[in-house]
Amino acid sequence: MTAPAAPFPDIQTRLDQMLAAPIAVADAVELAEQALRDGETVLEAWVTARGETPTDETVEGFRLLALHRQGAKGEPSFNACRETCRELVYLRNVVALYDDSAAEAEKHLRLQAMVLRHLALFVGGKMTESGLGDFCCSARPLHQPGAA
Amino acid sequence: MADKDRKRVAYYPGCTLEGTGHAYNRSTKAVGKELGLELVELKNWNCCGAMEVKNIDNQVQTYLSARNLAIAEEMGFDTVMAPCNGCYHNLKKAEYDLEHNPTAIAANQRISQKAGHATYHPGKVETIHALDWLIDAVGLDEMARRAQGRLKGMKVANYYGCMYTRPRHIFPEKDKGPGSESTLKPHFMDDILAAAGAENVEFPLKTACCGGAHALSDSDISTRLVLNILETAEACGAEVIATECPTCHTGLEMHKVRAEKTLGRKTNIKILYFTQLLGMAMGLSAKKVGVNENYLDSSDLLKSKGLG
Repeated sequence: MTAPAAPFPDIQTRLDQMLAAPIAVADAVELAEQALRDGETVLEAWVTARGETPTDETVEGFRLLALHRQGAKGEPSFNACRETCRELVYLRNVVALYDDSAAEAEKHLRLQAMVLRHLALFVGGKMTESGLGDFCCSARPLHQPGAA
Repeated sequence: MADKDRKRVAYYPGCTLEGTGHAYNRSTKAVGKELGLELVELKNWNCCGAMEVKNIDNQVQTYLSARNLAIAEEMGFDTVMAPCNGCYHNLKKAEYDLEHNPTAIAANQRISQKAGHATYHPGKVETIHALDWLIDAVGLDEMARRAQGRLKGMKVANYYGCMYTRPRHIFPEKDKGPGSESTLKPHFMDDILAAAGAENVEFPLKTACCGGAHALSDSDISTRLVLNILETAEACGAEVIATECPTCHTGLEMHKVRAEKTLGRKTNIKILYFTQLLGMAMGLSAKKVGVNENYLDSSDLLKSKGLG
Protein backbone atom coordinates (compact mmCIF):
# COMPACT_ATOMS: atom_id res chain seq x y z
CA MET A 1 0.00 0.00 0.00
CA THR A 2 1.32 3.44 -0.87
CA ALA A 3 1.14 5.85 2.02
CA PRO A 4 -0.48 9.20 1.22
CA ALA A 5 1.71 12.26 1.48
CA ALA A 6 1.94 14.04 4.81
CA PRO A 7 1.05 17.73 4.99
CA PHE A 8 3.84 20.30 4.55
CA PRO A 9 5.89 17.77 2.53
CA ASP A 10 9.04 19.93 2.34
CA ILE A 11 9.26 20.22 6.11
CA GLN A 12 8.31 16.60 6.66
CA THR A 13 10.93 15.38 4.20
CA ARG A 14 13.63 17.47 5.85
CA LEU A 15 12.60 16.18 9.27
CA ASP A 16 12.56 12.57 8.09
CA GLN A 17 16.08 12.98 6.68
CA MET A 18 17.27 14.71 9.83
CA LEU A 19 15.85 12.03 12.11
CA ALA A 20 17.17 9.12 10.02
CA ALA A 21 20.83 9.87 10.79
CA PRO A 22 22.98 11.31 13.54
CA ILE A 23 22.39 15.06 13.74
CA ALA A 24 25.39 17.27 13.10
CA VAL A 25 25.33 19.51 16.13
CA ALA A 26 28.08 21.93 15.14
CA ASP A 27 25.38 24.54 14.59
CA ALA A 28 22.93 23.23 17.16
CA VAL A 29 21.42 26.58 18.02
CA GLU A 30 20.97 27.44 14.34
CA LEU A 31 19.21 24.09 13.78
CA ALA A 32 16.96 24.80 16.74
CA GLU A 33 16.21 28.26 15.35
CA GLN A 34 15.46 26.69 11.97
CA ALA A 35 12.88 24.47 13.65
CA LEU A 36 11.18 27.56 15.04
CA ARG A 37 11.17 29.14 11.59
CA ASP A 38 9.63 25.96 10.16
CA GLY A 39 7.02 26.10 12.88
CA GLU A 40 6.30 29.69 11.91
CA THR A 41 5.88 28.59 8.29
CA VAL A 42 3.28 26.06 9.38
CA LEU A 43 1.37 28.59 11.45
CA GLU A 44 1.64 31.25 8.73
CA ALA A 45 -0.10 28.83 6.36
CA TRP A 46 -2.93 28.40 8.86
CA VAL A 47 -3.30 32.13 9.46
CA THR A 48 -3.15 32.92 5.75
CA ALA A 49 -5.78 30.29 5.01
CA ARG A 50 -8.04 32.16 7.43
CA GLY A 51 -7.65 35.27 5.29
CA GLU A 52 -5.38 37.10 7.71
CA THR A 53 -1.88 38.52 7.46
CA PRO A 54 0.56 36.60 9.68
CA THR A 55 1.77 38.78 12.51
CA ASP A 56 5.36 39.87 12.92
CA GLU A 57 4.87 40.50 16.62
CA THR A 58 6.27 38.31 19.34
CA VAL A 59 4.88 36.80 22.53
CA GLU A 60 7.34 36.08 25.32
CA GLY A 61 10.05 36.91 22.77
CA PHE A 62 8.96 34.41 20.11
CA ARG A 63 7.05 35.03 16.90
CA LEU A 64 5.93 31.40 16.89
CA LEU A 65 3.89 31.98 20.04
CA ALA A 66 2.41 35.18 18.63
CA LEU A 67 1.39 33.34 15.48
CA HIS A 68 -0.23 30.63 17.55
CA ARG A 69 -2.16 33.20 19.51
CA GLN A 70 -3.28 34.81 16.26
CA GLY A 71 -4.29 31.45 14.83
CA ALA A 72 -6.31 30.52 17.89
CA LYS A 73 -8.27 33.77 18.03
CA GLY A 74 -11.91 32.83 17.53
CA GLU A 75 -10.80 29.22 16.98
CA PRO A 76 -10.37 27.68 20.44
CA SER A 77 -9.75 24.23 19.00
CA PHE A 78 -6.43 25.55 17.75
CA ASN A 79 -5.29 25.55 21.37
CA ALA A 80 -4.81 21.80 20.94
CA CYS A 81 -1.39 22.75 19.55
CA ARG A 82 -0.66 25.48 22.12
CA GLU A 83 1.66 23.33 24.21
CA THR A 84 3.20 21.83 21.07
CA CYS A 85 4.33 25.35 20.12
CA ARG A 86 5.55 26.04 23.65
CA GLU A 87 7.52 22.78 23.64
CA LEU A 88 9.20 23.84 20.39
CA VAL A 89 10.33 27.04 22.06
CA TYR A 90 11.31 25.24 25.27
CA LEU A 91 13.46 22.75 23.36
CA ARG A 92 15.13 25.57 21.44
CA ASN A 93 16.01 27.15 24.77
CA VAL A 94 17.33 23.86 26.12
CA VAL A 95 19.53 23.45 23.03
CA ALA A 96 20.86 26.96 23.54
CA LEU A 97 21.52 26.18 27.19
CA TYR A 98 23.40 22.96 26.44
CA ASP A 99 25.30 24.20 23.41
CA ASP A 100 28.55 22.89 24.93
CA SER A 101 27.24 19.33 25.17
CA ALA A 102 26.89 17.54 21.84
CA ALA A 103 24.97 14.61 23.29
CA GLU A 104 22.41 16.83 25.04
CA ALA A 105 22.10 19.06 22.00
CA GLU A 106 21.45 16.15 19.67
CA LYS A 107 18.91 14.59 22.02
CA HIS A 108 16.95 17.81 22.27
CA LEU A 109 17.23 18.66 18.58
CA ARG A 110 15.83 15.24 17.82
CA LEU A 111 12.91 15.80 20.17
CA GLN A 112 12.35 19.27 18.78
CA ALA A 113 12.17 17.81 15.27
CA MET A 114 9.53 15.33 16.41
CA VAL A 115 7.50 18.05 18.08
CA LEU A 116 7.71 20.11 14.89
CA ARG A 117 6.51 17.10 12.93
CA HIS A 118 3.51 16.89 15.23
CA LEU A 119 2.68 20.55 14.71
CA ALA A 120 2.88 20.16 10.93
CA LEU A 121 0.65 17.07 11.01
CA PHE A 122 -1.91 18.65 13.31
CA VAL A 123 -2.17 21.95 11.45
CA GLY A 124 -2.07 20.21 8.08
CA GLY A 125 -4.84 17.91 9.22
CA LYS A 126 -6.98 20.80 10.35
CA MET A 127 -6.44 22.61 7.06
CA THR A 128 -7.50 19.52 5.15
CA GLU A 129 -10.53 18.74 7.28
CA SER A 130 -12.13 22.07 8.09
CA GLY A 131 -13.62 22.11 11.54
CA LEU A 132 -11.82 19.07 12.82
CA GLY A 133 -10.39 19.48 16.25
CA ASP A 134 -13.57 21.31 17.18
CA PHE A 135 -14.82 17.97 18.44
CA CYS A 136 -12.19 17.65 21.10
CA CYS A 137 -10.75 20.95 21.93
CA SER A 138 -13.38 23.61 21.94
CA ALA A 139 -16.84 24.31 23.16
CA ARG A 140 -17.92 25.81 19.86
CA PRO A 141 -20.40 23.75 17.85
CA LEU A 142 -19.80 23.35 14.14
CA HIS A 143 -23.33 24.07 13.14
CA GLN A 144 -23.84 27.38 14.88
CA PRO A 145 -24.27 30.33 12.55
CA GLY A 146 -20.85 31.60 11.56
CA ALA A 147 -19.07 28.46 12.69
CA ALA A 148 -16.63 26.70 10.40
CA MET B 1 -23.97 11.69 52.19
CA ALA B 2 -21.34 13.77 50.52
CA ASP B 3 -17.82 12.96 51.50
CA LYS B 4 -15.35 15.81 51.22
CA ASP B 5 -12.23 13.70 51.63
CA ARG B 6 -13.28 11.86 48.50
CA LYS B 7 -12.91 8.36 49.88
CA ARG B 8 -16.52 7.81 48.83
CA VAL B 9 -17.59 9.55 45.64
CA ALA B 10 -20.19 9.25 42.93
CA TYR B 11 -18.84 7.38 39.92
CA TYR B 12 -19.63 8.23 36.32
CA PRO B 13 -17.97 5.61 34.11
CA GLY B 14 -19.49 6.86 30.85
CA CYS B 15 -20.19 4.79 27.76
CA THR B 16 -16.62 4.13 26.67
CA LEU B 17 -15.69 2.45 29.92
CA GLU B 18 -18.45 -0.05 29.27
CA GLY B 19 -17.04 -0.79 25.82
CA THR B 20 -13.58 -0.29 24.35
CA GLY B 21 -12.29 1.20 27.59
CA HIS B 22 -13.48 -1.61 29.83
CA ALA B 23 -9.95 -2.32 31.02
CA TYR B 24 -9.83 1.22 32.39
CA ASN B 25 -13.12 0.66 34.20
CA ARG B 26 -11.91 -2.61 35.67
CA SER B 27 -8.54 -1.23 36.75
CA THR B 28 -10.01 1.96 38.22
CA LYS B 29 -12.45 -0.03 40.35
CA ALA B 30 -9.78 -2.54 41.35
CA VAL B 31 -7.35 0.17 42.43
CA GLY B 32 -10.07 1.97 44.36
CA LYS B 33 -11.11 -1.20 46.15
CA GLU B 34 -7.51 -2.04 47.00
CA LEU B 35 -7.04 1.42 48.50
CA GLY B 36 -10.24 1.25 50.53
CA LEU B 37 -12.12 3.77 48.43
CA GLU B 38 -15.76 3.51 47.48
CA LEU B 39 -17.20 4.34 44.09
CA VAL B 40 -20.98 4.63 43.97
CA GLU B 41 -22.16 4.51 40.37
CA LEU B 42 -24.71 7.13 39.36
CA LYS B 43 -28.15 5.59 39.07
CA ASN B 44 -29.51 5.56 35.53
CA TRP B 45 -26.77 7.80 34.16
CA ASN B 46 -26.86 8.89 30.54
CA CYS B 47 -24.27 9.46 27.83
CA CYS B 48 -22.46 12.80 28.19
CA GLY B 49 -22.89 13.45 24.48
CA ALA B 50 -19.25 12.66 23.87
CA MET B 51 -17.74 14.83 21.15
CA GLU B 52 -20.68 14.73 18.79
CA VAL B 53 -23.76 16.29 20.39
CA LYS B 54 -22.11 19.68 20.96
CA ASN B 55 -21.66 19.98 17.22
CA ILE B 56 -25.41 19.70 16.75
CA ASP B 57 -26.77 21.49 19.81
CA ASN B 58 -24.53 22.91 22.48
CA GLN B 59 -27.38 23.37 24.99
CA VAL B 60 -28.48 19.74 24.71
CA GLN B 61 -24.87 18.73 25.34
CA THR B 62 -24.82 20.83 28.51
CA TYR B 63 -28.15 19.39 29.61
CA LEU B 64 -26.91 15.81 29.20
CA SER B 65 -24.12 16.43 31.69
CA ALA B 66 -26.37 18.53 33.92
CA ARG B 67 -28.71 15.56 34.26
CA ASN B 68 -25.82 13.41 35.48
CA LEU B 69 -24.79 16.11 37.94
CA ALA B 70 -28.41 16.32 39.13
CA ILE B 71 -28.41 12.58 39.78
CA ALA B 72 -25.24 12.92 41.86
CA GLU B 73 -26.85 15.78 43.77
CA GLU B 74 -29.99 13.73 44.41
CA MET B 75 -27.86 10.83 45.63
CA GLY B 76 -26.29 13.15 48.19
CA PHE B 77 -22.84 13.53 46.67
CA ASP B 78 -20.87 16.72 46.22
CA THR B 79 -18.25 15.01 44.04
CA VAL B 80 -18.54 12.93 40.91
CA MET B 81 -15.48 11.15 39.53
CA ALA B 82 -15.18 10.59 35.77
CA PRO B 83 -12.09 8.70 34.54
CA CYS B 84 -12.71 9.38 30.84
CA ASN B 85 -11.28 12.67 29.58
CA GLY B 86 -14.28 13.22 27.31
CA CYS B 87 -16.81 12.75 30.12
CA TYR B 88 -14.66 14.74 32.53
CA HIS B 89 -14.38 17.59 30.02
CA ASN B 90 -18.13 17.64 29.33
CA LEU B 91 -19.11 17.57 33.00
CA LYS B 92 -16.64 20.36 33.80
CA LYS B 93 -17.94 22.38 30.88
CA ALA B 94 -21.52 21.93 32.07
CA GLU B 95 -20.50 23.05 35.57
CA TYR B 96 -18.97 26.18 34.07
CA ASP B 97 -21.78 26.95 31.63
CA LEU B 98 -24.48 26.52 34.28
CA GLU B 99 -22.73 29.07 36.48
CA HIS B 100 -21.92 31.60 33.76
CA ASN B 101 -24.16 31.20 30.73
CA PRO B 102 -27.81 32.36 31.05
CA THR B 103 -28.78 30.59 27.83
CA ALA B 104 -27.43 27.29 29.14
CA ILE B 105 -29.15 27.79 32.50
CA ALA B 106 -32.52 28.48 30.85
CA ALA B 107 -32.19 25.57 28.42
CA ASN B 108 -31.27 23.19 31.22
CA GLN B 109 -34.28 24.26 33.28
CA ARG B 110 -36.59 23.93 30.30
CA ILE B 111 -35.38 20.49 29.24
CA SER B 112 -35.19 19.14 32.81
CA GLN B 113 -38.78 20.21 33.50
CA LYS B 114 -39.96 18.73 30.25
CA ALA B 115 -38.16 15.48 31.04
CA GLY B 116 -39.73 15.51 34.50
CA HIS B 117 -36.68 15.36 36.74
CA ALA B 118 -34.90 17.66 39.14
CA THR B 119 -32.93 20.55 37.70
CA TYR B 120 -29.29 20.58 38.69
CA HIS B 121 -28.31 23.39 41.06
CA PRO B 122 -25.01 24.92 39.90
CA GLY B 123 -22.15 24.66 42.36
CA LYS B 124 -23.56 21.66 44.22
CA VAL B 125 -21.40 18.98 42.63
CA GLU B 126 -17.76 19.12 41.60
CA THR B 127 -16.43 16.87 38.86
CA ILE B 128 -13.00 15.33 39.35
CA HIS B 129 -10.82 13.05 37.26
CA ALA B 130 -9.48 9.68 38.44
CA LEU B 131 -6.09 11.36 38.87
CA ASP B 132 -7.57 13.98 41.24
CA TRP B 133 -9.47 11.26 43.07
CA LEU B 134 -6.42 9.16 43.89
CA ILE B 135 -4.27 12.13 44.87
CA ASP B 136 -6.98 13.72 47.04
CA ALA B 137 -8.39 10.58 48.64
CA VAL B 138 -5.20 8.58 49.13
CA GLY B 139 -2.22 10.84 48.61
CA LEU B 140 1.16 10.17 47.09
CA ASP B 141 2.80 9.02 50.33
CA GLU B 142 0.21 6.29 50.89
CA MET B 143 0.40 5.16 47.27
CA ALA B 144 4.19 4.99 47.59
CA ARG B 145 3.84 2.95 50.78
CA ARG B 146 1.46 0.52 49.11
CA ALA B 147 3.46 0.18 45.90
CA GLN B 148 6.80 -0.40 47.61
CA GLY B 149 8.65 0.77 44.51
CA ARG B 150 7.41 -2.10 42.36
CA LEU B 151 7.57 0.04 39.21
CA LYS B 152 11.25 0.71 39.82
CA GLY B 153 13.23 0.55 36.59
CA MET B 154 10.17 1.08 34.40
CA LYS B 155 10.57 4.06 32.08
CA VAL B 156 7.23 5.72 31.46
CA ALA B 157 6.02 8.46 29.13
CA ASN B 158 2.84 9.91 30.60
CA TYR B 159 0.32 10.87 27.93
CA TYR B 160 -2.59 13.07 29.04
CA GLY B 161 -4.15 13.90 25.67
CA CYS B 162 -5.72 17.19 24.71
CA MET B 163 -8.93 17.27 26.74
CA TYR B 164 -7.66 16.88 30.29
CA THR B 165 -6.51 20.49 30.42
CA ARG B 166 -8.47 22.30 27.73
CA PRO B 167 -10.09 24.76 27.63
CA ARG B 168 -8.38 26.19 30.68
CA HIS B 169 -11.31 28.26 31.93
CA ILE B 170 -13.45 25.23 32.79
CA PHE B 171 -10.81 23.96 35.24
CA PRO B 172 -10.69 26.69 37.90
CA GLU B 173 -9.02 24.35 40.39
CA LYS B 174 -5.97 23.89 38.18
CA ASP B 175 -2.96 26.23 37.96
CA LYS B 176 -3.21 27.17 41.63
CA GLY B 177 0.44 26.65 42.38
CA PRO B 178 2.13 23.86 44.36
CA GLY B 179 -0.11 20.85 44.86
CA SER B 180 -2.50 21.73 42.06
CA GLU B 181 -2.54 20.36 38.54
CA SER B 182 -1.03 22.39 35.70
CA THR B 183 -2.78 22.96 32.40
CA LEU B 184 0.50 23.85 30.70
CA LYS B 185 2.44 20.85 31.93
CA PRO B 186 0.20 18.36 33.73
CA HIS B 187 1.96 16.16 36.25
CA PHE B 188 -0.55 14.25 38.41
CA MET B 189 -0.07 10.99 36.48
CA ASP B 190 3.69 11.52 36.59
CA ASP B 191 3.47 12.06 40.36
CA ILE B 192 1.38 8.94 40.98
CA LEU B 193 3.56 6.63 38.91
CA ALA B 194 6.75 8.13 40.36
CA ALA B 195 5.32 7.40 43.81
CA ALA B 196 4.97 3.78 42.66
CA GLY B 197 8.63 3.76 41.66
CA ALA B 198 8.45 4.48 37.93
CA GLU B 199 11.02 6.59 36.17
CA ASN B 200 9.11 9.21 34.18
CA VAL B 201 10.84 10.41 31.05
CA GLU B 202 10.69 13.97 29.78
CA PHE B 203 7.99 13.72 27.13
CA PRO B 204 7.25 16.83 25.06
CA LEU B 205 3.99 15.53 23.54
CA LYS B 206 2.16 14.71 26.77
CA THR B 207 -0.82 16.93 25.86
CA ALA B 208 -0.52 16.76 22.08
CA CYS B 209 -3.47 15.81 19.90
CA CYS B 210 -3.75 12.07 19.17
CA GLY B 211 -5.92 12.72 16.14
CA GLY B 212 -8.99 11.22 17.74
CA ALA B 213 -11.25 13.65 15.90
CA HIS B 214 -9.70 12.70 12.58
CA ALA B 215 -10.08 8.99 13.19
CA LEU B 216 -12.97 8.42 10.80
CA SER B 217 -12.66 11.28 8.35
CA ASP B 218 -8.89 11.25 7.89
CA SER B 219 -7.40 8.11 9.37
CA ASP B 220 -4.03 8.73 7.75
CA ILE B 221 -3.50 11.93 9.73
CA SER B 222 -4.53 10.13 12.93
CA THR B 223 -2.10 7.33 12.19
CA ARG B 224 0.76 9.76 11.55
CA LEU B 225 -0.03 11.75 14.70
CA VAL B 226 -0.12 8.61 16.82
CA LEU B 227 3.03 7.23 15.20
CA ASN B 228 4.81 10.47 16.02
CA ILE B 229 3.68 10.22 19.64
CA LEU B 230 4.89 6.62 19.85
CA GLU B 231 8.24 7.34 18.18
CA THR B 232 8.78 10.43 20.34
CA ALA B 233 8.09 8.45 23.51
CA GLU B 234 10.61 5.85 22.36
CA ALA B 235 13.14 8.57 21.56
CA CYS B 236 12.66 9.82 25.11
CA GLY B 237 13.68 6.38 26.35
CA ALA B 238 10.25 5.20 27.46
CA GLU B 239 9.27 1.54 27.51
CA VAL B 240 5.61 2.22 28.11
CA ILE B 241 3.12 5.00 27.53
CA ALA B 242 0.75 5.50 30.45
CA THR B 243 -2.71 6.74 29.50
CA GLU B 244 -5.64 8.20 31.41
CA CYS B 245 -8.21 8.51 28.61
CA PRO B 246 -9.94 5.59 26.89
CA THR B 247 -10.18 7.41 23.56
CA CYS B 248 -6.48 8.23 23.50
CA HIS B 249 -5.63 4.73 24.68
CA THR B 250 -7.66 3.04 21.96
CA GLY B 251 -6.32 5.45 19.35
CA LEU B 252 -2.73 4.75 20.34
CA GLU B 253 -3.28 1.01 20.21
CA MET B 254 -5.19 0.88 16.94
CA HIS B 255 -3.02 3.35 15.04
CA LYS B 256 0.13 1.64 16.31
CA VAL B 257 -1.03 -1.40 14.36
CA ARG B 258 -2.17 0.69 11.38
CA ALA B 259 1.16 2.56 11.23
CA GLU B 260 2.94 -0.74 10.84
CA LYS B 261 0.55 -1.88 8.10
CA THR B 262 0.21 1.32 6.09
CA LEU B 263 3.50 3.11 6.72
CA GLY B 264 5.74 0.16 7.48
CA ARG B 265 6.84 1.81 10.73
CA LYS B 266 6.97 -0.54 13.71
CA THR B 267 7.23 0.70 17.28
CA ASN B 268 7.84 -1.50 20.30
CA ILE B 269 6.57 0.70 23.08
CA LYS B 270 3.78 -0.68 25.30
CA ILE B 271 0.55 1.15 26.12
CA LEU B 272 -1.13 0.72 29.50
CA TYR B 273 -3.64 2.67 31.56
CA PHE B 274 -2.04 4.35 34.56
CA THR B 275 -4.54 2.53 36.76
CA GLN B 276 -3.25 -0.78 35.40
CA LEU B 277 0.32 0.15 36.25
CA LEU B 278 -0.64 1.43 39.68
CA GLY B 279 -2.77 -1.64 40.38
CA MET B 280 0.04 -4.04 39.50
CA ALA B 281 2.44 -1.93 41.55
CA MET B 282 0.14 -2.55 44.51
CA GLY B 283 0.31 -6.30 43.89
CA LEU B 284 -2.84 -6.84 41.85
CA SER B 285 -2.63 -9.38 39.05
CA ALA B 286 -2.54 -8.35 35.40
CA LYS B 287 -5.91 -10.02 34.94
CA LYS B 288 -7.39 -8.16 37.88
CA VAL B 289 -6.56 -4.84 36.19
CA GLY B 290 -7.72 -5.99 32.76
CA VAL B 291 -4.38 -6.17 30.94
CA ASN B 292 -5.82 -9.06 28.92
CA GLU B 293 -8.55 -6.68 27.71
CA ASN B 294 -6.08 -4.32 26.09
CA TYR B 295 -5.78 -4.70 22.34
CA LEU B 296 -2.00 -5.03 22.37
CA ASP B 297 0.07 -7.51 24.32
CA SER B 298 2.41 -6.11 26.94
CA SER B 299 3.06 -9.33 28.84
CA ASP B 300 6.76 -9.52 27.90
CA LEU B 301 7.49 -6.14 29.45
CA LEU B 302 5.40 -6.88 32.53
CA LYS B 303 7.12 -10.23 33.05
CA SER B 304 10.54 -8.64 32.70
CA LYS B 305 9.60 -6.20 35.44
CA GLY B 306 8.09 -8.85 37.68
CA LEU B 307 4.62 -7.35 37.43
CA GLY B 308 1.21 -8.93 37.08
